[in-house]
Amino acid sequence: MATSHAAVWQRATVLDTTALTDHIRRIVLAPDHPATVDAGAHIDVRVPIGGVPDRRSYSVVDDGPDGRSLAISVLDSPRSRGGARAMHALRPGDTIEITQPIVDFPLRVGAAHYVLLAGGIGITAVMGMARVLRSVRADYTLVYAGRSRPALAYLEQLQSAHGDRLRLHISDEGTPLDVTELVGGVEPGTELYLCGPIRLMDAVRRAWIERELPYPDLRFETFGNSGWFAPEDFVVRIPRIGAEVTVRATETMLEALEAAEVDLMFDCRKGECGLCEVRVLDLDGDIDHRDVFYSERQKDSRGAMCCCVSRAVAPPGGTAVVSIDIS
Amino acid sequence: MKETTVDKILGHPLNAWYVAAWDHEVNRKPLARTVAKRPLALYRTEDGDAVALADACWHRLAPLSMGKLEGRDGIRCPYHGILYNSAGRCVSMPAQETINPSATVASFPVVERYRFVWVWLGDAALADPELVPDMHQMDDPEWAGDGLTISVQCNYQLVLDNLMDLTHEEFVHSSSIGQEALSESEFTVHHDERTVTVERWMLGIDAPPFWLKNMRDKFPGFEGKVDRWQIIHFESPTTINIDVGVARAGTGAPQGDRSQGVNGYVMNTISPVTDRSSLYFWAFMRNYRLESQVITTQLRDGVSGVFREDEDMLVAQQAAIDANPDYEFYSLNIDAGGMWVRRLIERQLAAEGRLPAPLAAG
Repeated sequence: MATSHAAVWQRATVLDTTALTDHIRRIVLAPDHPATVDAGAHIDVRVPIGGVPDRRSYSVVDDGPDGRSLAISVLDSPRSRGGARAMHALRPGDTIEITQPIVDFPLRVGAAHYVLLAGGIGITAVMGMARVLRSVRADYTLVYAGRSRPALAYLEQLQSAHGDRLRLHISDEGTPLDVTELVGGVEPGTELYLCGPIRLMDAVRRAWIERELPYPDLRFETFGNSGWFAPEDFVVRIPRIGAEVTVRATETMLEALEAAEVDLMFDCRKGECGLCEVRVLDLDGDIDHRDVFYSERQKDSRGAMCCCVSRAVAPPGGTAVVSIDIS
Repeated sequence: MKETTVDKILGHPLNAWYVAAWDHEVNRKPLARTVAKRPLALYRTEDGDAVALADACWHRLAPLSMGKLEGRDGIRCPYHGILYNSAGRCVSMPAQETINPSATVASFPVVERYRFVWVWLGDAALADPELVPDMHQMDDPEWAGDGLTISVQCNYQLVLDNLMDLTHEEFVHSSSIGQEALSESEFTVHHDERTVTVERWMLGIDAPPFWLKNMRDKFPGFEGKVDRWQIIHFESPTTINIDVGVARAGTGAPQGDRSQGVNGYVMNTISPVTDRSSLYFWAFMRNYRLESQVITTQLRDGVSGVFREDEDMLVAQQAAIDANPDYEFYSLNIDAGGMWVRRLIERQLAAEGRLPAPLAAG
């Protein structure tokens, strides 16, 4: 059906919140304007972080009749920038601002085979897809990878719903995911839908290209919030306008520059569109490219970065400093 | 909920197959068509498969139907060159080294059947090809004929109303198929969950000009009275096939022996375009003189003339509806078939959660 990309803001009331794991909470919301939810949909949420409203994206895990309620699940990790903490603090009866469900990661019904691959909290983006594929009796495999069994949200529910079609890979149990093996075993005509940390996405993309599978059949979604390194403070200099800004580990480079009233262009805020590109003039340290806009070649050249998601990484024993120019 | 709607502008179900085009219209040059308010770019892959993509590029919504087909199944946006495959996935973004993962346009389920390209604009997980309405006479070797498309400026339900009650023939089509017997004869109505049938027999009457000509095509020099039938078969949500014909009076047609007559099927399927415009695909199929292209052409042109009279009336009716927003519809006994159709559609709209909420009781 027609996917909707336009964000329409509305209020939603928290109906229920439950702990699924030590770090993941399920939050059920009743939107003021219910709408049916398609597989692959997410909502954006306005969360106050240190009193300042910020925007986060969460996949819709499931929904009630006619979309009158919908559930998201939020991971609060040590690397969280504060949005997850605010979400975990929600209690029944609280109200928040959300968008209607937005589909940027649509499931196409009709492929010969499917692999749905989730790393950790990425399960939230593909659970709805698995439900649809089961109901249309498609040939699908749901691959769910994580560090330990207790850290896997919705595990029992998925086991009973998908039986043998669910494949688990758990590092702690000595059965980690072997990406090369997984992609190597994909049958022609397979569409692979992927949501997980950037290392997983990168490994799958490389294996997919290496096997010369059709690139449009590899589907992925990223909210731009995972990197190759833990976030840390770093310094941004813009010599042309004489600016120097420290980016805290809990904020993005774009947010820090906005707070310093640097006039920047941007759009998607998740490392896809490339509009927030800044040119790197000088670099002390390295760049943690967290976007999907640049090619490997462009990332390796370190000539530019997507400041909405990407960060600088400190050299040994020092603080990262990146000098940039802006449009 | 109201039990039977007499809404003057009826919404259309989305979980349904609608005809987007005749099979011969969809080829290696993109075709722009709007169905159920969704602009579509229709084309065929090199393998011959029909494709229906949303006719708006993901980037700045330029119409893909103005673009060129490329490779086995691709279509390139004519504005900035973004290339999509038949699944609606971006294959190439010329101005950058990578592809934005969210770059997709909707690709709608398509079935080609009965000489038509059908599209499903609702929940793709429900798009069961078994739900394509039965129009088998369109390409059955026992039947011959042809048809055309009318782009009519009215709500699709007005066309269904028109086809479900043929007493209008006496007044709208007086020179071809109309006769007094139509409004004087009794009719019966049946329905189930997906179909409505209206059956009317007129026994021992004079054949109107259209039917006299058809009888003489099969029985040269035919004279005399006929038994005439009209059996209207509606299949949800917008297909109406009408079993029509005449036979020599008293030769057993009502009992099932049509050998002394001529039989046609008026095939109609209506695709809503907007609330006030529709695409009306029709054909007239016959099961006699299958070899005669002359008869095929004569029947197609003759019925086309008849339908032009309907179109004039439907457009005028829609204009009058819009000009009189404070007047409502009333219903007559002759509307029984059309009212069952409205109720079945209303139930489907309710099941899709798309029926406007009734006003709170005052």
